[in-house]
Amino acid sequence: MSVQTTDYTVSEIRSPAAFIASRVFIYGALAFWAFVCLFPIYWTITTSFKSAVDVTQGHLIPFVDFTPDWKGWRSLGLSPDSISQTSTVRDEFLKRFMNSVITSVGASSLAIIIGSLAAYGLVRYRYKFAWFKNEDISFFFLSQLILPPVVLALPFLVLYREVALLDTRIGLVLLYTLMVLPIVIWIMRDQFNSIPVELEEAALVDGLSIWGAFFRIVMPIALPGMVAAFILAMVLCWNEYFFAALLTSTDAKTIPVMVASQTGSQGINWWSMAALATAAITPLAIIGIALERYLIMGMTAGSVK
Amino acid sequence: MAEQTSTVNAWPAHPADLIPAGRKRLGWGLLAIATLGLLAIIVVQILYKAEMSTVGFDTWRPVVYAYILWGAALGAWQVLTRGEDGQRALFLLPALLFTIAMVIFPTLFGFYIALTDWNLSSFSGRRFNGLDNFWQMLADPYYRNALLNMVLYVLAVLVEYVIAFGLALLLNAQIRARKFFRVVFLLPLMLSPVAVSWMVGKSLMEYRFGPAATLARHLGWDNPAFFSDPITARISIMMLDAWTFIPFMMIMLLAGLQAMSREVLEAARVDGATAWQTFWQVTFPLMLPVSVTAVILRIIFKLKLADIIITLTSGGPGGATDSVSSFIYREYRDRSNVGYGTMLAMAYLVIIVVFVTWLLKFASRFVRNVN
Repeated sequence: MSVQTTDYTVSEIRSPAAFIASRVFIYGALAFWAFVCLFPIYWTITTSFKSAVDVTQGHLIPFVDFTPDWKGWRSLGLSPDSISQTSTVRDEFLKRFMNSVITSVGASSLAIIIGSLAAYGLVRYRYKFAWFKNEDISFFFLSQLILPPVVLALPFLVLYREVALLDTRIGLVLLYTLMVLPIVIWIMRDQFNSIPVELEEAALVDGLSIWGAFFRIVMPIALPGMVAAFILAMVLCWNEYFFAALLTSTDAKTIPVMVASQTGSQGINWWSMAALATAAITPLAIIGIALERYLIMGMTAGSVK
Repeated sequence: MAEQTSTVNAWPAHPADLIPAGRKRLGWGLLAIATLGLLAIIVVQILYKAEMSTVGFDTWRPVVYAYILWGAALGAWQVLTRGEDGQRALFLLPALLFTIAMVIFPTLFGFYIALTDWNLSSFSGRRFNGLDNFWQMLADPYYRNALLNMVLYVLAVLVEYVIAFGLALLLNAQIRARKFFRVVFLLPLMLSPVAVSWMVGKSLMEYRFGPAATLARHLGWDNPAFFSDPITARISIMMLDAWTFIPFMMIMLLAGLQAMSREVLEAARVDGATAWQTFWQVTFPLMLPVSVTAVILRIIFKLKLADIIITLTSGGPGGATDSVSSFIYREYRDRSNVGYGTMLAMAYLVIIVVFVTWLLKFASRFVRNVN
């Protein structure tokens, strides 16, 4: 992705002064936007080490402006001195964290399994269910992307109560699967399209069944695409707030809901809020930095031919 | 159920008449048993819930299990009666059955709820009240206001697009540390909008001590209250949302830029075009298809905007920042008004479907004209 560059901006410019000016402008703009992206994250992380005074006086730089303190993390029970003690807040936090992990991993896995199968079928075979052909079925799946969560939320609230899935992780998993399925199908269709059909033909001639060819030949090739789709789905599920806020109350609450519900009656504890927010964004920040390649691959699937 | 032909002629075909009659009978029998079982459970459950019989389950959960079993039987029936064609149908069936169960049924159910006066906090239960909710909706100034806000929020996508395009051009220029900047620019998309908007909106932009407010004071804005005046509050929400989603468009546009052939740009340079001319007459027209895709996807995501507003302003001041989703959310959370809220949601769905269909039509014509 980063190999080819189109350097028409540079090649246009002839005088050294203009060249330097353009360099200054480009790096200035890059630095400015990097600041815009990073400062909120920096603020969140540093605030978790501040005491009330440091927050209200707007101190910014640790060790210069203020002395870092484990205050925020202590209130979560995650600071070095409180990690060995029992803490109800920590138990609560870990429970929410696990809920988030289970729902997002569960939903992403389920979506990858049924989504890849459907995408493969749609790419390789021609179907006709009554008057629905491949294009119609594809459109049916992709059109789910338009559906706003708010349309499904209230009916699901009622239906989930009837089937005893309200406030359960499995209920959230099902809804999140529905939410990311169109995206997974979109990405995987693009993936399977790029695999030459001759590979499967050869496998079939060698005596593999249709499903055997899929699992032993096609899947290993499409694995990077699956990883991309999985990570994109993970991000969407981990950050989802609307369904979680409506459909969970005590057992299945996820991290975003816990973050949003911190505005207590006794005012805002900035430091503990910041610690919680840091804990909520850290896993995805790590994934984003480590697996950026796959994320970009997932986001650009099908958009550029 | 389905007739399929393989796209590839060379693949061995198994005509249906090669399958022994016994296997076919087994398939049909299995499907019949499963269907009867599913229907029987539904009927038993309806009778039990209507208090016309004493046999039944406390919840409808067994019906869900029965549906799953029925789906499995459907798959088995396909394979047993249609052989290899059935195996092919098996690829599609899970996703299809799942989506139908999760979308079609709740949406139909939603249309029914929309026509009732169901309030979870009242004791009387639900009652069919026809189009009352609809008339109430037409007279509701807050809903109209929320729809108007959605128009503004969607228009903000154009500004986001300009910024995203600029960033993509920057990343595509000859720079050092490209990968570093790309990762940094991508980060906002990864982070939970709720956590970030909470930290940014409630502390960074805090009126008294937030650094953003301090900066605004230095720049000459005496009274930097980001969320108290309707217009600034809307702009603040737009900025927070843009912060999260600009990377999304940026990445798509960057991919478009990198896929562009260098010969065209080279030719423009040889012809003596300036950078400005090259951009407007070569790069921008060539990027139109990608741009349209990015903008449409972004608008679709924008139409779902809710979480930032719910956590930050709860629609305030006075409903000025409400999106449709956040308004309906509060209609349920504060007033437990399921019937009316669902009517609002269904009306919104209809508006969205019409709007997006028009948008896609419009966009396809637009793109074709340019090429």
